[in-house]
Amino acid sequence: MRALLTRLYGTRGWTAIGVCIVLLCVAMPLANLVATPGSAFHVSDYFVTLAGKIMCYAMVAVALDLVWGYAGILSLGHGLFFALGGYAMGMYLMRSIGTDGHYQTELPDFMVFLDWKQLPWQWWNTDQFWWAMILVVAVPGLLAYAFGYFAFRSRIKGVYFSIITQALTYAAMLLFFRNETGFGGNNGFTDFKRIVGFAIARPETRMSLSILTGLALIATLLIARTIVTSRFGRVLTAIRDAESRVMFCGYDTSRYKLFVWTLSATLCGIAGALYVPQVGIINPSEMSPANSIEIAIWVAVGGRGTLIGAVLGAGLVNGAKSVFTVLMPEYWLYVLGLLFIVVTLYLPNGIVGWITEKIGWRGGDSRMASKVGIAGVRPQQTPPVAGETAR
Amino acid sequence: MSTAMQSYEGGSVSVDVNFSHIALPGLDASHGAVLYLDDITVSFDGFRALNKLSLMIETGELRCVIGPNGAGKTTMMDVITGRTRPDAGSAFFGQTIDLRRFNEADIAKAGIGRKFQKPTIFEHHTVFENLELAMKSDKRVRRTLLTRMNGDEHSRIDETLTLIRLSDSRQRIAGLLSHGQKQWLEIGMLLIQEPKLLLLDEPVAGMTDEETERTAELFLSLAGKHSLVVVEHDMAFVASIARKVTVLHEGSVLAEGPLATVQNDERVIEVYLGR
Repeated sequence: MRALLTRLYGTRGWTAIGVCIVLLCVAMPLANLVATPGSAFHVSDYFVTLAGKIMCYAMVAVALDLVWGYAGILSLGHGLFFALGGYAMGMYLMRSIGTDGHYQTELPDFMVFLDWKQLPWQWWNTDQFWWAMILVVAVPGLLAYAFGYFAFRSRIKGVYFSIITQALTYAAMLLFFRNETGFGGNNGFTDFKRIVGFAIARPETRMSLSILTGLALIATLLIARTIVTSRFGRVLTAIRDAESRVMFCGYDTSRYKLFVWTLSATLCGIAGALYVPQVGIINPSEMSPANSIEIAIWVAVGGRGTLIGAVLGAGLVNGAKSVFTVLMPEYWLYVLGLLFIVVTLYLPNGIVGWITEKIGWRGGDSRMASKVGIAGVRPQQTPPVAGETAR
Repeated sequence: MSTAMQSYEGGSVSVDVNFSHIALPGLDASHGAVLYLDDITVSFDGFRALNKLSLMIETGELRCVIGPNGAGKTTMMDVITGRTRPDAGSAFFGQTIDLRRFNEADIAKAGIGRKFQKPTIFEHHTVFENLELAMKSDKRVRRTLLTRMNGDEHSRIDETLTLIRLSDSRQRIAGLLSHGQKQWLEIGMLLIQEPKLLLLDEPVAGMTDEETERTAELFLSLAGKHSLVVVEHDMAFVASIARKVTVLHEGSVLAEGPLATVQNDERVIEVYLGR
């Protein structure tokens, strides 16, 4: 156990995690619930929810970094897994409204509006929290497994893989836009009243959700770190750098990719499930290709193959987004585009990679992060043999 | 994966760096042949890269394969290692393993190691980690997630490091090695995999004379215990290790025999040596 702990992080790393837990579980509740509004220590409800939301994004970013930064698989469809987890939670939240909805029936409002008489089959058992939690993990996980199984068997790689993931999330979005699919069409789910018996709008509930998200983020980080510091993790980076060599060493690389890909998708599902009760809405726009691309931008900004960079990138970009969309909403997309260009041109290894280079700090997996070209393809690496078969 | 292939995974894990075991359980080389290619044909868009190629490698043999560019040397290795499926013909490893039915990973596990023409190592891993990943071990996902390196594995890596003379560079990032050292590291990665048949594509390209000489020594010491197929352009190197040479031309065997005989073959001189 001790060996595992020291493998994951050094003393400084664990201290930082300890500080984060204290801030999250002690300082934030005190500042929000105890300190009076107007005092210098007061933290608003808005901030608590914003922090929770951004931590959900950070979880997704870590999940993407696991497949992109370490295995070299760039997914432009991770928003789909996030949204599916969110929808699974959303179904439970809709059922929890009970008869407090607009039409005061057991059926969710949108079904009454569509003149449906009973719940479609997908909604079976969704009034049970435990069943919803299974769906949160199983739906994104099974979809990712099935998709990955065929994609990796067929040896689809690089931009081809990215484009297919993009198409997948787009197709899912179109599907969810349809009322017939049974998930509220383009309006999705909203107007949630309670979660496991607690009123969803109460500050205490929001605080609990935010804390839970923070702990889930830390757990995600530790799981990811356990994986990348294992021999499995070294095989993953080897696959990223020279997949043929890994195969000729006797590893079935498609199984390795499938495992990390499926795990990543389930982590996204959990993040989505935590996200929906905090923002109070889920609709198909979460599956739009642009959302998934934005996830990749967070990771690129923070630094691929570093894990902590993904958290940092998600925090910085979304923090900036919150500021900009309040101050000058019309310019946000320009700022985002500019940010991506600047990072690609001047900080190819992201912020963490840049810091690592500047101060020569060699903690964590900095060397893993270095020199990964865009889309995970290293410029100096040429795939062996493939083009030479007919020499 | 078939049961025939799986039986190798449980193969004996031995620590000696002499690599003195030729026949691990599972490989039936009872008729003397470790590799048997018969009438192999491979076409790419109508171009016949291999044209009814037949080749037999005996257990413990060191075979050199030469031939001009486009003769089909690399394609032949692709067929043996499962990267390319032949259009026709049969390919057997030992008596029982039909190479056409397995993928790269399974064939590697069965005991065929391959060195690429361009040194292919894991540039961002350390020298030690390169060997760790290549080492013969249980390579299934579940095992690599939970495994911790034991003393046994440590000493196997140490011994291989000594053999390839990279003991001092064990913690270096492999991408920082010289070209010759990378070639040696790749050879080390091959050996620690404990293969029964080694396919070496231009192993001495980019090596200094001294390194080349040492490589020749190494190969000669491996022959007998392993079977080796060496593709090489460096004729001096071939002359220093060759016992039997196969000349490929336009996808099939043009001549086969001792180097001296082959070098005097009229057709060989015409297509390859006598320009």
